[in-house]
Amino acid sequence: MTTFVRATAALTGRSLTHVRRSPDTIITTALTPVAMMLLFVYVFGSAIQTPSPGRYVDYLLPGILLMTVASSIAYTAYRLFMDVDGGIFERFRSLPIARSALLWSHVLTSVVATSVALALVVLVAVVMGFRSGAGPLAWLAVAGILLLFTLALTWLALVPGLLATSADAVSGFAFPLIFLPFVSSAFVPTDGMPTPVRWFAEHQPVTPIVEAMRSLYAEQPAGSDLTLAVTWCLGLLLVAYLLAMRTYRRRFG
Amino acid sequence: MTTTPAVRTVGLTKSYADLAVLRGVDLSVPAGSICALLGRNGAGKTTLVRILSTLLQPDGGTATVAGHDVVTAPGRVRERISLTGQFAAVDDVLTGRENLVLVARLRRVAAPTRVADDLLDRFSLTEAGRRRAATYSGGMRRRLDLAMSLVADPPVVFLDEPTTGLDPQGRHEVWAAVRDLARGGTTVLLTTQHLEEAERLADRVAVLHEGRVVVDGTLAEVQALAPPTTVEQVPRPPSLEDVFLGLTGAQESR
Repeated sequence: MTTFVRATAALTGRSLTHVRRSPDTIITTALTPVAMMLLFVYVFGSAIQTPSPGRYVDYLLPGILLMTVASSIAYTAYRLFMDVDGGIFERFRSLPIARSALLWSHVLTSVVATSVALALVVLVAVVMGFRSGAGPLAWLAVAGILLLFTLALTWLALVPGLLATSADAVSGFAFPLIFLPFVSSAFVPTDGMPTPVRWFAEHQPVTPIVEAMRSLYAEQPAGSDLTLAVTWCLGLLLVAYLLAMRTYRRRFG
Repeated sequence: MTTTPAVRTVGLTKSYADLAVLRGVDLSVPAGSICALLGRNGAGKTTLVRILSTLLQPDGGTATVAGHDVVTAPGRVRERISLTGQFAAVDDVLTGRENLVLVARLRRVAAPTRVADDLLDRFSLTEAGRRRAATYSGGMRRRLDLAMSLVADPPVVFLDEPTTGLDPQGRHEVWAAVRDLARGGTTVLLTTQHLEEAERLADRVAVLHEGRVVVDGTLAEVQALAPPTTVEQVPRPPSLEDVFLGLTGAQESR
């Protein structure tokens, strides 16, 4: 167990050095969500009727945060792909270390890099007028949901990271995930959507996750949305974890 | 250690789909020797090395490295080997020193930074050790790669085409490093397509052909298999390599 922890720590340190030495990856990660936030708050926002009394940026932020996570894990897949594609992965695999440390180091790096990007986006939101009177417990719950969501998408990102044959292909997989919040209650209420779209929007994971976060920092009871959000995240995490481990075993035995 | 071979395979087989790459490889490498594994492109040299370094499962037969079976005790094998592949497996973003410290940490040596500094010194990379590996020349990368393989002094080292893509100067640097290794008692199994490399470095030669080892013995034994030498007097012009090395000088490229 300790050998696993030490190997994971050493490899995570290496991977974080990569992030530290190319801080532009964090900026790029935050760029799409921030651009969407500016666009929706200052261009479309005036035309959007939201049920909540607060500012539109308050309504919008949870969806933007999920978008940030999806945008961030594209780099997670990319970093893993670069290791697999170069010779360094072979070197690590021929060392006497727990092989799961190879994947866990990328997972932990992903969590750190995503957290930094999320903090950056929240900062921009605050500048744009986002305010919340929620207490530390509610914020802890929001952070917990984001962590679970990040872990789920990260393990999912390891699959293309292990399988991709080119650097272009590996980052392409994240696009559908980045745009998933559009077909949910993240930007506009689902009421006005045509029935099939509305059905999808109300039954995909982004909607309950967004609603739960929104209620938490608006100091409203999150209740069933919170339960549903956590269930979705845990379910996705489990499926993604099993899929990634299976992919690893298939590819590398 | 001197009685049991460092590497031993019996009837090793491996196929990819319909293609039988290894069809019963029998190979024995005595501890402390440098064995050159020769073969044409696609002969299965890399496949064999990957099986011996636990990266690939064989279909049949057995392989033991430093006394441990690669299939049933891969963890023990990994503690006793290191692998340097065809493409220098260094982390470009890290400095040379950071690369070595990382491997030292992963191999759980007692003083990672000291081990790294010693290896940088041994491979004439002390100056370059502070720079990112991305800035290195091909020869320097390969030296760093070799240095990373020697962290914690594994008794068996696999080198898969260690001089591919290097200029003559870089090749000589790698050869010197390999000879150093063997002097220290390390067993080296290296694959190569360059017969000259085998002649200069190896004390044993194995030839892999059509999925089997067709020749395995000391350099002298293998040379004895050739038709008897006829003596003729032929003036030998300097080889192009002699000329090249003379012109460019033997100084280190840093």
